[in-house]
Amino acid sequence: MARYLLTRAWHSALTLVLASVVVFLGIRALPGDPALALAGEDRSPEALAAIRAEYGLDRPVLVQFGHYVERMVQGDFGTSIRTGIPVSDMLRTALPVTIELSVLAIVIAAALGVGAGVVAAVRRGRPAEWAANFLALVGLSVPHFWLGLLAILYLSVATGLFPASGFVPFFEDPVGNLHHIILPALILGTGLAAIIMRQTRSAMLDSLSADYVRTAKAKGLSPRAVIGRHALRNSLIVVVTIVGLQLGGLISGAVVTEQIFGLPGFGKMTIDAVFQRDYPVIQAVVLLTATAYIVINFLVDLVYSLIDPRIRVAGDAA
Amino acid sequence: MTAILEVADLTVSFETESGTVSAVDHVSLDLAPGEIVGVVGESGCGKSVTAMSLAGLLPHSARVTGSVRLRGTELIGAPEASLRRVRGKELAYVFQEPMTSLNPVLTVGRQIGEVLQVHERLSRRQARARAVELLSLVGIPSAARRVDNYPHQLSGGMRQRVMIAMAVACDPTVLVADEPTTALDVTVQAGILEVLRDLRDRLGTSILVITHDLGVIADIADRVVVMYAGRVVERAPVTSLFARPRHQYTHGLLNASPVPGRHAGTERLQEIPGLVPVLTTQPDACTFAERCPAADETCRGSAPPLAPIGEPDHLVACWHPVEVP
Amino acid sequence: MTVLTVPEAETNPSLTRRTRVFRRLRRNPLAVISFVVLAIAVAVALLAPWIAPHAVEDTDFGSIFSPPGTPGHLLGTDDLGRDVLSRIMYGARASLEVGLLAVLTALVIGVPLGLAAGYFRTLDAIIGRFTDLLLAFPFLILAVGLAAIRGASLGNAAVAIGIAQIPGVIRVIRSDTLRLKSLDFVAAAVVDGASDLWVLSRHILPNATSVILVQATVALPAAILGEAVLSFLGLGIQPPDPSLGTMLATAQQFAARAPWAATLPGLVIMILALTFNVFGDALRDALDPKGDR
Repeated sequence: MARYLLTRAWHSALTLVLASVVVFLGIRALPGDPALALAGEDRSPEALAAIRAEYGLDRPVLVQFGHYVERMVQGDFGTSIRTGIPVSDMLRTALPVTIELSVLAIVIAAALGVGAGVVAAVRRGRPAEWAANFLALVGLSVPHFWLGLLAILYLSVATGLFPASGFVPFFEDPVGNLHHIILPALILGTGLAAIIMRQTRSAMLDSLSADYVRTAKAKGLSPRAVIGRHALRNSLIVVVTIVGLQLGGLISGAVVTEQIFGLPGFGKMTIDAVFQRDYPVIQAVVLLTATAYIVINFLVDLVYSLIDPRIRVAGDAA
Repeated sequence: MTAILEVADLTVSFETESGTVSAVDHVSLDLAPGEIVGVVGESGCGKSVTAMSLAGLLPHSARVTGSVRLRGTELIGAPEASLRRVRGKELAYVFQEPMTSLNPVLTVGRQIGEVLQVHERLSRRQARARAVELLSLVGIPSAARRVDNYPHQLSGGMRQRVMIAMAVACDPTVLVADEPTTALDVTVQAGILEVLRDLRDRLGTSILVITHDLGVIADIADRVVVMYAGRVVERAPVTSLFARPRHQYTHGLLNASPVPGRHAGTERLQEIPGLVPVLTTQPDACTFAERCPAADETCRGSAPPLAPIGEPDHLVACWHPVEVP
Repeated sequence: MTVLTVPEAETNPSLTRRTRVFRRLRRNPLAVISFVVLAIAVAVALLAPWIAPHAVEDTDFGSIFSPPGTPGHLLGTDDLGRDVLSRIMYGARASLEVGLLAVLTALVIGVPLGLAAGYFRTLDAIIGRFTDLLLAFPFLILAVGLAAIRGASLGNAAVAIGIAQIPGVIRVIRSDTLRLKSLDFVAAAVVDGASDLWVLSRHILPNATSVILVQATVALPAAILGEAVLSFLGLGIQPPDPSLGTMLATAQQFAARAPWAATLPGLVIMILALTFNVFGDALRDALDPKGDR
């Protein structure tokens, strides 16, 4: 396991370095003087000089890169050129919203996706399989922001059951918080649920026809034990890695969902920054997303190696 | 001697896109207490399907008719719940490929203990302790340590011993071993057969060994059932079969393999020219006629019944049995 | 004793395989239905300039927010009195355009990289890290970055979506190349002294076509959805150019007054993506050699 994790760690670290280079070069790919872009409204020579000094723009590129990495590692992402608030402060209020939304969406998606996937595999060729397959196809094909619009239109506005937009921090009002976030999380979770369902179904079909499932049946185990303990346990190992790889889609989805439901999270911050050409914020957002993706996928590999004994314990006979 | 397992007119067919395919055609056999019966035939002759159908382990697409009685209780058509009480407790299986037949993500102790938890209502701790005993019973050294191993940590021979330990956990009346040695090295094979024989001697388990390997039959079986294209073509005590095979197919098989009885590991029954026919129903002919040197119009016009041939307990389904010298 | 039945070798496996795939597709009602719907959608998109009842930019302030069924405006009008049906036709055209552009981008870059990764062991690790790097930038974040650097446009949306689809293409082409490389006929060509380029272009690429095709049918609906999202957020096609995504963005503001305007374009996006996905599934099943029994 140590060897496996070392390789993974090395790959993750390498990707992280490459990603930060890409982001660094991205800002320098801006047309014209980066100092102008970073300065925002205040384009007085003094302000530009201050920016150049702060970002080290008058120094060699490699020195600039070193400086940039140093600042990022310290959590210093610069200051928003529109609001004057440090980007790290903006992230501190925005990130918890997005993390709550995403975690809730993953939980919903996993519950729906694994459940439907198991049903579809076990009830092969029955109406239940058709229904689950069809729902998964629709889940893959429906534009989620549109689903969100419809939900607001027909659920929130028409019935008043759910608030159409806004947010309450969890620690101020837990019930109100859930009330605001459950609908967006459900919408965000549908796409992921469809993907998890399809993966679970095919993994389950594989493991249900495996020899060890026949052995389990021959032992006189109940269908519940055969499916749950033998088939599903093996299938979930496959599904765990899928969730990690779908993180990119989830982040993209979260951005849109927040935009529609007016949740003051990372996504809304991102979109606002693009339209305001708030480059320090954009740079932070892109770098942070890449870092989150890489770190979380490394953690998924870690979990994977813990739940799969074939990796956790090496063979000592064979 | 009263039979403990009686199979009569067992017929299995599968519905496929190209029509009904019959895999097992009116197979009858029986097993006495403490007896080891070998079922031998080429791959695709229906021997494994026969084995699987005994405890209702075939997929839903299979249509099974006939009778399987275990200690007088009919299993064909029995409700799934009562079959579950039989599987693993009265009738246990050892499968061919111990690598894939064991669950890769559960420890062997857990997989053995599972049977005891279900059938003997043992606690997890008791089941684990019993699993250690069973592992030493089937000859696994340092069983107390091996019990927490995963299948990939064990050698092929040890995995097959684990399969056997799992099968005998509840002291079953009948053990069905489907190609128990096929995936193993010759030296390891002998050890596995020794374990099976030992179980029969010590626990009195009746064993049905399904194999394509005549060496295994010669080594372990008391009686032999020869299957060809879904039908039983010859049934006899092992000595009588090897000394005086009466069916043209059995005769061919014995000629095709080197001296039976001397330990045969690798020979497979591929030496008879021609292929096993596709298993579509052909009730009005001997299924071996196409490949048989002695076949004539009778053989192509009607199927021979399985009938006694003079010697005690020796039956053959052939219109032109091989002459005894 | 004589040898009786020996199965005859097929004379031209590729030809019989192709006819078998077509036959399987024809026999699958879902495949036929989705193909017909796709054909209609493509025809409408291509012919939009000729068959749309109104010009896309025609405003009619006298009849804004007409409900569906209004004479002359089958699907109603929007906030500027523009014909919703005409805008949906042009929007679908834009969706398909971006979808094709994105998938082409992904294939043009992904297929050679996938072939190289599967064929040359030394390149595998490098391409693997490149794939990891691309995966770390979700398409929306890529689009955000691109929009920040070069401004939002149809082209940038297509590029962002296409880049995000490269890892998927590399992955499936790589594993298919690995599979093909181990087959006898490729090994024979290598033994005969064929150059790597020759083996890749003459033996591996032609046999990987079906995998590429399936990947393209998976990528297209994803790209269509991606375009809709980006245009909705204002990162893709810019108003007043018609796009299903921008239509929904506008409709969102007036959703209470004109719910149909917020419903119909989304429905069209879903039907487009759904039919592509259904057809892709059917194609994959038809091409699956496991179904050859």
